[in-house]
Amino acid sequence: MNFENQGVIKRLADQYGPENLTVVLGNGEAGGVEVFAETVTEGDPSYAGPLAGVALKIPVYHILEDEVIATVPAELREQKLQLSSLVIDVEPMQDALKASRAKL
Amino acid sequence: MTDPTRALRVGIEGVWFSLTHVPDLVRYGSKPVRELRARPALQAQLAKRLRGFAEAIAYAPHQVYIGNITPEKLGAIEKPWYARPIENATPEGRFGDVIEQDAFYTQLCSADRFDLVTVEEHWFHERAAGQANRRRVRLGSSAEIELRCAEGALPLISGERLIGAFEPGHEEDANLTAEVLLENLAAKATAAHSLRALLARVKLDSGEIDYVISCSEEAVGDRYNRGGGNLAKAIAEEAGCENASGSDIKAFCAGPMYAIVHGASLIQSGVARKVAVVAGGSLAKLGMKFESHLRNNMPVLEDVLGSFAVLLTPAKPAQPGIRLDSVAFHPVRAGSSPQVMAEVLAEKPLARLGMKLTDVDRYAVELHNPEITVPSGSGDVPRTNYLTLAALAVMRGLIHKNQMEDFVRARGMSGYAPTQGHIPSAIVYLGHALDELRSGKIRRALLMAKGSLFLGRMTQLSDGCSFLIDRHDV
Amino acid sequence: MQKGRKIIAIGERDGVPGPVIAECLEGAGYEVVFQVTECFV
Repeated sequence: MNFENQGVIKRLADQYGPENLTVVLGNGEAGGVEVFAETVTEGDPSYAGPLAGVALKIPVYHILEDEVIATVPAELREQKLQLSSLVIDVEPMQDALKASRAKL
Repeated sequence: MTDPTRALRVGIEGVWFSLTHVPDLVRYGSKPVRELRARPALQAQLAKRLRGFAEAIAYAPHQVYIGNITPEKLGAIEKPWYARPIENATPEGRFGDVIEQDAFYTQLCSADRFDLVTVEEHWFHERAAGQANRRRVRLGSSAEIELRCAEGALPLISGERLIGAFEPGHEEDANLTAEVLLENLAAKATAAHSLRALLARVKLDSGEIDYVISCSEEAVGDRYNRGGGNLAKAIAEEAGCENASGSDIKAFCAGPMYAIVHGASLIQSGVARKVAVVAGGSLAKLGMKFESHLRNNMPVLEDVLGSFAVLLTPAKPAQPGIRLDSVAFHPVRAGSSPQVMAEVLAEKPLARLGMKLTDVDRYAVELHNPEITVPSGSGDVPRTNYLTLAALAVMRGLIHKNQMEDFVRARGMSGYAPTQGHIPSAIVYLGHALDELRSGKIRRALLMAKGSLFLGRMTQLSDGCSFLIDRHDV
Repeated sequence: MQKGRKIIAIGERDGVPGPVIAECLEGAGYEVVFQVTECFV
């Protein structure tokens, strides 16, 4: 995750308390998802960014995960997320993120 | 379907795509600079993973870029491509070339009008004297070069050798540091080279060009005019286009598309007759994902500067051209969802011409080499873009969900361009497009590119531009 | 996904961009405190 965004998340965690936050991702492919999840739960795995060694334990979801997309009103879902649902293969991401959340 | 003979078409007379191989400039890429400063031990690891020129020539995606292999053939080559060098690969391509580092340093000297670059005299006489315009090369002893570097000049390295010093353009101005000027001069030099090569290929005198448009991504200016620009004029001068002026088009990665639209419009309106659209390489993007390449025991693949030149002229019969009546822009009110992008840049402009998404034989999107981007978790960018078009076709009932992969395979292609920002954005396909249009393999191609404007912090918007290219007698 | 928690939306340009995630979750009744779109290339 981009260092600047790590910094913002850290700042928001200080401001609101990490227990009051949830991160929702929009990645197009599974490739970067695990690293993103680890970054906001256990800390930046590259040990280079602002969240290096900082374990915020914020739960991470993807917008297209079943339990997330189900909360979005039908019309909005159709207009804004229908195409992405066809393009993005959510399953591997869902599996990785469920595993990440189970560890919290 | 609209009568294609009444189409508004501007001719593409020729294209040229250059890759300039600069392994010893990777250290000056934006990401490497920061990471090497933070962790100096990386320098040795990086040095071990830099490719030599022969390896860069034989790298399959590079051979596609310069026109010796089709994107289709690349898709059939098993990955990893870096482990499968192409036999008998040449640095000369059908519509491009791969340039060696020493030749680039010479081009840099030639492009330098302010005595910013000093090169070591022995190196010059050994490696570069034959190629350079001697008048414009500032030579120094190796002691002098070392002294300049000790006093703040940026070292220019070739292998193990310190071969030059790049001075700042001003003692205090942050916009004229050696680092900034090296980036800008590299863009100028690589673009000028591509333009000269293109003119030689199409046998056109440089004096025939009326106008040069540059869509390079660097900011050229000083502290009062940080992005003042008109690198195009500098490139025109460097390429010997004595009768041309020019201007820059700036639109992030969609820049080349806009530049072609503007250039074609100048021709259509009669303001100009021969317009060169050029782009220089982006030094800042060298080694952008180098850490992921090191982690995966790969060579550092982002070791090339990409540049191109396109010559636009009034349309001739049977010549491939840009359909000005197909140009689409992404309006402010449209919003940033991939669906809207696909509607605005593909579906709607096609509908205006009485066509559907399935009437396009080939789509060119952002053709980043997936071998570079996948290891860092950035995904296969072309594939995601093609799937988006396919998904829209599904939503419109043009194809079934289980035909999406066929759509991608038939109308898309494997990415192959270096991650040089504006360079991969659709335009990189133009050389192959001309071949496929001339042979009749395709009737039309849709080029579409996006710009991540939000990176500049002036707007949250994304941006995009597209147009069709086809051939007159189709 | 717990109601009541505030949302940080990290979108991707070619995936689902930040503003789209934000709009969808605001429509779902969540408070979005930050949204951004990353561009990987």
